[in-house]
Amino acid sequence: MTLVITIPDDAAALSVGADEVAWAILSEISQRGLDAKLVRTGSRGLMWLEPLVEFATSEGRMGFGPVNVADVAGLFDDPAHEKSLGLVEDIPWLKSQQRLTFARCGITDPLSLADYQAHGGLEGLRRALQMAPPDIVQEVVDSGLRGRGGAGFPTGIKWRTVADTPADQKYIVCNADEGDSGTFADRMLMEGDPFLLLEGMVIAGVAVGASKGFIYIRSEYPHAISKMRRAMAAARDGGLLGPKILNSSFAFDLEIRVGAGAYICGEETSLLESLEGRRGQVRPKPPLPAIAGLFGQPTVINNVLSLAAAPTILAKGAAFYRDYGMGRSRGTMPIQLAGNVRHGGLIERAFGLSLREIIEDYGGGTFSGGPVRAAQVGGPLGAYWPPELFDTPFDYETFASKSGMIGHGGIVVFDDTVDMARQARFAMEFCALESCGKCTPCRIGSTRGAETIDRIIRGERPGENRALLRDLCEVLRDGSLCALGGLTPMPVLSALDHFPEDFDVS
Amino acid sequence: MSTRANHPLQKDFNGHAVRELATRMKQMDGPLLPILHAVNEQFGYVDERALPVIADVLNLTRAEVQGVVSFYHDFRRTPAGRHVVKICRAEACQAMGAERLIGDMETALGVKLGETRADGQITFEPVYCLGNCALSPAALIDGQLHGRLNAAAALALAGK
Ligand SMILES: Cc1cc2nc3c(=O)[nH]c(=O)nc-3n(C[C@H](O)[C@H](O)[C@H](O)COP(=O)(O)O)c2cc1C
Ligand code: SF4
Ligand code: FES
Repeated sequence: MTLVITIPDDAAALSVGADEVAWAILSEISQRGLDAKLVRTGSRGLMWLEPLVEFATSEGRMGFGPVNVADVAGLFDDPAHEKSLGLVEDIPWLKSQQRLTFARCGITDPLSLADYQAHGGLEGLRRALQMAPPDIVQEVVDSGLRGRGGAGFPTGIKWRTVADTPADQKYIVCNADEGDSGTFADRMLMEGDPFLLLEGMVIAGVAVGASKGFIYIRSEYPHAISKMRRAMAAARDGGLLGPKILNSSFAFDLEIRVGAGAYICGEETSLLESLEGRRGQVRPKPPLPAIAGLFGQPTVINNVLSLAAAPTILAKGAAFYRDYGMGRSRGTMPIQLAGNVRHGGLIERAFGLSLREIIEDYGGGTFSGGPVRAAQVGGPLGAYWPPELFDTPFDYETFASKSGMIGHGGIVVFDDTVDMARQARFAMEFCALESCGKCTPCRIGSTRGAETIDRIIRGERPGENRALLRDLCEVLRDGSLCALGGLTPMPVLSALDHFPEDFDVS
Repeated sequence: MSTRANHPLQKDFNGHAVRELATRMKQMDGPLLPILHAVNEQFGYVDERALPVIADVLNLTRAEVQGVVSFYHDFRRTPAGRHVVKICRAEACQAMGAERLIGDMETALGVKLGETRADGQITFEPVYCLGNCALSPAALIDGQLHGRLNAAAALALAGK
């Protein structure tokens, strides 16, 4: 029997040498004259173990990691090699997860539609094609799925608005701008299971009556872009895209568009402007994109993970998905653990897990070995929290009640060398750098904010400048059209409130 | 950014090629960004003289095209160096010492962040997250992602 060996072709794995290891494996196979083949997968998300090599056995896949080129020959000789991890599925970090969206990532060949279907792919779409479109929408409403891009708006309600708005042309736009620092789930999914995203987009199209879609991918993700392009071609060949979706009467096709290095283009209306070929300036709402979006037409715009949740919901039913989670946060959340952490990566779990379980149990503390001093949750606009707040469960409402947000699910860990005044300053600097320029507080106030923090850092009239900083934050919060200006106060004020000692140099 | 007239990598501006490319792509929905990306890729930057050509093909004003080009960080106005090192300076990389790494690399590479070295060999620029935040610090070197970066490794990769 042919021996199957897998190694990720995921950008993170490649960033620590997966291609070099793959070449070494191929040369080992040929030197030994083995009946073996090497399959490139996505990443399992255990990033500190990348490159993670797996050998298929009758008991399951045996893992080795992190593997370097010098290790390779040994892997063929010694199943108890020092890099051996045993059965990958039994690694507690992975075994304890509840992988719905990332069920296939790291397991299948991302570009094989046959492999996708052998692992449950297209079941959701096949079921959707048997249903009346309003019932598809209802299923998503009933699942309790909320937008994973940050704002947490109920996905089904958005779809219903588009479905109920008559128009000759409607669009499905996938927001793959993933600009938040500390996040990489969209990238991993596009590289590791791209057909799932395509299936989700087709389901959305069938549900709302849209025949055309766009995936807007940030230019910082060249590998994901090329992977998605190849997946799209394979999907066309396999009838998942085109004039007759899976031989039904539905047509759906899409285009991939590449961003151009502007964080604000992750904001949905700015993204639409960018797609239309303009400066990515935020549009006032209303009108909602669901009513007048791309080229003025009703448009579903959803994050990658929202769209990628749809196939599971349709395949297994709304109740199955809704049974995961807590409160009004239903289903699973692909959490991304990053920064100064020992065991970083992708943790998909039902909502409700505490930050402490994530950072301490999964993360294993800091990479540097120092104590954890702070974690920023929810991207650059999210709050900085001290360990005292780590018992907070991962849930939209609970986080909001403590002046935080879960955003796109990124968690960045910092050790005790972090200077929180500098982090606050960076938040202001980032806002100034990425502002679309429409609102004065965001455009100018952010620069004033950075200067004010500089004065605090230099010890100039600290009391007065701290008060000024709070005033500036209020102006930003109240005078901004979108969340870039509106939420920049969150990292700044949380740093100031929870780490006041860093703003007091006296 | 450098503005040397005789950049070693500067290709001759070819208005004809730009017009051809823009004409070929103008049927797309919202063609301007894809066209600018294509020009940026083909020539290594978006030459001032390309703007009126694109504007003409798309029936836009030169100012409109100019406004779009200036909005996006990706569209270069001058040619990049032979090697482009984009280093992440967002939070997860900060947490792993990106600021110090940037300082070390500026010294080692002999170029300030945001600039192209005088000999045209290296452009060193900041980027805000590369999606490699669990293996930070990260950089994109000539389009290849690198993780757990240190100055020595970066230097070797950039070919010095
Ligand atoms: C400054 C800013 C940046 C954003 N960046 C992203 C992003 O990169 N990806 C994303 O999906 N949503 C992003 N959003 C949220 C989008 O505006 C929008 O809520 C989302 O795409 C809707 O999809 P969802 O309901 O599936 O989350 C951003 C919002 C703001 C204000
Ligand atoms: S808050 Fe900032 S980014 Fe948002 S619309 Fe206003 S100026 Fe643009
Ligand atoms: S913050 Fe540097 S790669 Fe994400």
